[in-house]
Amino acid sequence: MNILIYVLLSIGVLFNGLGSLALLRFPDVYTRIHGATKCTTFGSIFLSFGVVAYGFSQGGGGGLTMAIHTILALLALLITNPTGSHAIARAAHRSGITPKKAVVDRLQEKVAGKRVKKKEKPSEGGERE
Amino acid sequence: MTAFFAAGIALLIFMLVALIRIGLGPTVADRLVGLDTINTLIVAGMIILGAAFDRSIYIDVAIVYALLSFVGTLYISKYLEEGI
Repeated sequence: MNILIYVLLSIGVLFNGLGSLALLRFPDVYTRIHGATKCTTFGSIFLSFGVVAYGFSQGGGGGLTMAIHTILALLALLITNPTGSHAIARAAHRSGITPKKAVVDRLQEKVAGKRVKKKEKPSEGGERE
Repeated sequence: MTAFFAAGIALLIFMLVALIRIGLGPTVADRLVGLDTINTLIVAGMIILGAAFDRSIYIDVAIVYALLSFVGTLYISKYLEEGI
């Protein structure tokens, strides 16, 4: 059981380290979001599984409480972390930050196309009247 | 177990690395990504330290911290969206 806990903890710490290294090394906001969010979420899953294994190996009421609460905290983290990073990426794109070395920006074209269509619709109605 | 303490110290070092990005970051979104990473690492560190000290009350604090930091990230990104 101890070996299982050690393996889970080392995988979690390794991936958290890769996430914070990605935050330093990547050139751009979007690539930093990509690296940091994925790696820290994956690493936190394994760290929490290590604590769950420790709680089950302890046994009794205290260990079981620790395991169940860790699963609840992991669920909260799994719901909130990708949603928050998606909100950051959306806000960064809307506030005008462009990707570095970008050739085409399909999202920008799509948003601009939608805006043109929305402006055209009332003018067409006006012409018919 | 001492392995949990070692993992907690490693997470502390990673938080310092993310703090460098908060200091350097050229745009506001870079700093926000660093803050989000630090929040995730703090939740993981609270779970780890709750196991290290054998107190499950720290893990309840981690649940509340995860939900509240999510609300904070949403507010800051909503503020960033309008243009600074």
